[in-house]
Amino acid sequence: MAETQTSSLADETDRRRSALMAAAQTGDRTAYEALLRDCLPMIRLVIRRQGVAPDSIDDVVQETLLTLHRARHTYDPARSFNAWLATIARRRAIDEQRFRGRRMLREDHDPGALEDYPDLKPDADALVTEQSRMTLVSTAMQSLTPRQREAIEQLALRDRSLAEASLATGRSKGSLKVNLHRALHTLREKLAGKD
Amino acid sequence: MPGDRETDIIRMLSADLAPVRRLASPGWRAAAWLAGVVLLALPLSLLGDVQGMIHRLGAAPDMTLAAIGSALTAILAAIAAFQLTLPDRKAAWALLPLPAAALWIGASGFGCFRNWIVADTHVASMRETMDCLTFILAISIPLSLLLILMLRRGYSLRPNLTAVIGGLACASAAATLLNFIHPFDAAVTDLVVHAIAVGLVVVVIRFIGGRLLADKRISASAM
Repeated sequence: MAETQTSSLADETDRRRSALMAAAQTGDRTAYEALLRDCLPMIRLVIRRQGVAPDSIDDVVQETLLTLHRARHTYDPARSFNAWLATIARRRAIDEQRFRGRRMLREDHDPGALEDYPDLKPDADALVTEQSRMTLVSTAMQSLTPRQREAIEQLALRDRSLAEASLATGRSKGSLKVNLHRALHTLREKLAGKD
Repeated sequence: MPGDRETDIIRMLSADLAPVRRLASPGWRAAAWLAGVVLLALPLSLLGDVQGMIHRLGAAPDMTLAAIGSALTAILAAIAAFQLTLPDRKAAWALLPLPAAALWIGASGFGCFRNWIVADTHVASMRETMDCLTFILAISIPLSLLLILMLRRGYSLRPNLTAVIGGLACASAAATLLNFIHPFDAAVTDLVVHAIAVGLVVVVIRFIGGRLLADKRISASAM
C-alpha cells in the first residue's frame, strides 16, 4: 500500500516536471526557474549516490544544471523527465570522478615540500617589486592569446567557478581549463625569464 | 534550500532561456541522413554499370550478402548514432549495428578464397585497389560532414562513442556505394584495402567528430 503511494507520488512528480520542461522548451522562464529549483534535491541525491567527493558536489550540481540547459531541446515530453535528468547527473558525476582520478595521478599532495626544498632562484617578489610589478605582469599578459586572457580573467581575476565562467563566455569547461593551464604556463615562463 | 551559487546559476540560466525546437526522433533523423546517401547514390548509379553490378552480385552470393551487410550496417549504425545523441539513451545502442557488421565482414572475408575457388576470377591490380581506397575516402567526406552536422543538433554525453558509430555508418555507406563502380570481384588485396579504408574513416571521424560533438557552445546547441 505504502509502496503504491510512493510510486504514484513519484509518477506525479515526474509528470509535473515533464510539463514544466515542455513549457520551458517554449520559452516559459517562470516554469523553467521553478523546474530547476524543484530538481536540485534530486540532482544532489543522484550525485551523492554516485560517490562524488563532498567538496566536488556543488561543482557537479552546477555542471548538471548547465548540461540540462544546453540539452533541453533533446528532451521528449513523452518520456520520463526524471530518468532523463538522472542520466545527465550520473554522467556528470562520472566525468568529475574521472577528472579527479587523473588529477590525483598527476599531483602529489605534500604541504611540507616547499619548506624542505627552498627555491634557489632569486626572490621573485623582490625582483618584481624592483622592476615594477604591474609592468611585468601586463607585459606578460600581452603574450597570451585572447582565449588564454579570457580564461585568466574569468577564473583567476573574477574568481568564478568553471561552470559560471563557461556560462559567461560560452566556452566549454574543458576549453577554459586548457587555456588557464596554458596561460599560467606562459606567464610562469615569461616571469621566470625576467631573472 | 539552494545555496547562493546555485540560486545565481538558476537565475542566469532562466534569464538565458530562449524557446528551442524539439529534436525529431532518432529514426526520422537517421532516415533524413540515409536520404542524403540515396541522393549521392543516384548520380553514381548513372555513372556506374548497374546491369554489371546486378550480374556480378547475382553470380556471387557471398558478395550479395556482403552488400546487404554493409547497407544494413549503414542503416543501423546511423540509427544508433542518432540515438546516442540523446542524453537518456543507453550506450548499448552502439551494439545495434554489430550483427550486420559481422555479416558484412564475414561475407567479405569469404571472398578472400574466391581466386582460389573460382578459376576465372579477375584479381584486382594494385591500381584498382587504390581506386577503391580513394573512392571510399572521397565518398565518406560529404557523408561524414552531413552526419556530424546532424549529430551536433543533439547533445551526446558520449561524444567519442557517438563519433565511432557515426564513422561506421559513413564507411559502410561508402562501401555499399562502391558496388556501383566495382567492375571486378573482390580478392584478398582488394578486401584488405577496403578494410583499411573503412578503418581509416572510422578513426578520423572518431577524432574529428568526437571533438566537434564534445566542444559545443551554448549558442550552437540550444539557442
